[in-house]
Amino acid sequence: MSVPVLEIERLNKSFQTPKTVVTALSGIDLKVQEGEFITVIGPSGCGKSTLLKIVAGLDLAYEGSVKLSDKEVAGPGIDKGFIFQEPRLFPWLTVEKNIAADLSLRNPEVRKKVDSLIELVKLQGFEKAYPRELSGGMAQRVAIARALLRNPKVLLLDEPFGALDAFTRAHMQEVLLDIWQHNRTTMIFVTHDIDEAIFLANRIVILKPRPGSIRGIVPVTLPYPRKKATTSFQSLRLKVLDEFERLEETEYVDRAGL
Amino acid sequence: MSRQAETAGIAGPAAGAPKRRVILALGSLLPVALLAVWQALGDLGYISTMLYPTPLTIAEAFVDLSASGELWTHLQISLTRAALGFALGGGLGLLLGVAVGLFRSTEKALDPTVQMLRMVPSLALAPLFVLWFGIGEESKILLIAKGAFFPLYINTYLGIRSVDRKLFDVSRVLSFGRFKQIIRLVLPASLPNVLLGIRISLGVAWLGLVVAELMASTSGIGYLMSDARQFTKTPVVFVGIAVFAIVGKLTDSLVRMLERRWLRWQDTYKG
Repeated sequence: MSVPVLEIERLNKSFQTPKTVVTALSGIDLKVQEGEFITVIGPSGCGKSTLLKIVAGLDLAYEGSVKLSDKEVAGPGIDKGFIFQEPRLFPWLTVEKNIAADLSLRNPEVRKKVDSLIELVKLQGFEKAYPRELSGGMAQRVAIARALLRNPKVLLLDEPFGALDAFTRAHMQEVLLDIWQHNRTTMIFVTHDIDEAIFLANRIVILKPRPGSIRGIVPVTLPYPRKKATTSFQSLRLKVLDEFERLEETEYVDRAGL
Repeated sequence: MSRQAETAGIAGPAAGAPKRRVILALGSLLPVALLAVWQALGDLGYISTMLYPTPLTIAEAFVDLSASGELWTHLQISLTRAALGFALGGGLGLLLGVAVGLFRSTEKALDPTVQMLRMVPSLALAPLFVLWFGIGEESKILLIAKGAFFPLYINTYLGIRSVDRKLFDVSRVLSFGRFKQIIRLVLPASLPNVLLGIRISLGVAWLGLVVAELMASTSGIGYLMSDARQFTKTPVVFVGIAVFAIVGKLTDSLVRMLERRWLRWQDTYKG
């Protein structure tokens, strides 16, 4: 197999609170191959967002090693695209200028790439619109285009569709798969929605809380485009759910021991 | 479905805005009515035309003053003073506001002193300024600058401090350096407050001008008024007041026009 684009080894992360030290992540080992679509799923408080922030370089206070293309992550940068739960667009810039951000649209190369990205995220006709005129799904697509323009080695998505309604969310999942199949950008997608995790991923990383660690990794070999109503999808769903239930049982035993 | 459903949610910019003429009529209703009543009361002898010259008499005085060129000379002098004072005070306010807004250390070092100075009334300083800088242009311009400094300072400072922290994370993820962060994020995000500061500062500069010119002066609209008062030429006093009001309103409208143009992106309640 080829060299992994992202390599996480023995990652530990703890928060210092006034009273105690809380371990957020413990002993995380994960290798992501180039072009893979990874979803990270787990109950709230399992540290999945923390993990993503560490990979992004937004949080550098950890132990262990996080390497992107064989280089230790030293800080945030355009090689690690990041999509927040909210679109976080610059409200004073139009759609096309938001995508370009600090790059000039007068540069023909930038112009061309922005135009093709607008087409890819299906926002033709909205180039000159301001963020206030966009719906949540459209705004999030602008954010994705903004990250993609910079050719990231990996695109990190932190529950990006969490705030959208069910229909828009389903549509956005399809758009994201389109983009992935078109660009082959490596994706790491954090969610708490099991269907979403199965629908998108090559591999599902299941995290368990207290302390946050990898419970299991479920490979998904169903061919794209996937249909949520098929039996193969549903049996996979049960498998993932089963992992969660076993997780809850151990939790229960743990607490009983106290 | 999705694309149509999404586009349906977009509100057009200010759908059904009332026509310009209607707005103009609405705005001039009150002043026109007031002037008409005033003229009628004066003509009918209900009020003293010595103390309250009728609008027509004032208009005559205005025509005389502008025909002789006297009004324009004085207006030009006043405008220059206000502009210089505003440029000096406002410029300094903007600069210090940016510095204090951006850097915690500058804030700690400067802001307490600035806030203290802000509380010193201009009228208390005026005699001192005259003592220090004489009754020439310097004292007047400095007095105006002192007034124009604070609104722009405070609003710039506030504007920078109210930039959405989440957008700073975005600027880090997009690899903005410190300079780009200021140019691309901090300045545009604080522009609404800066423009508000400019509006208030311009107003204060204009008001400070009156204080400066009424105090000790041999030229300017303020001088024209105090001179007329001594000779009980009340219509000229009213002309002066009207000029102050109109020019003040014009400069304010200019900034509001810039606001409309530069802040189109704002998603706020428009009334």
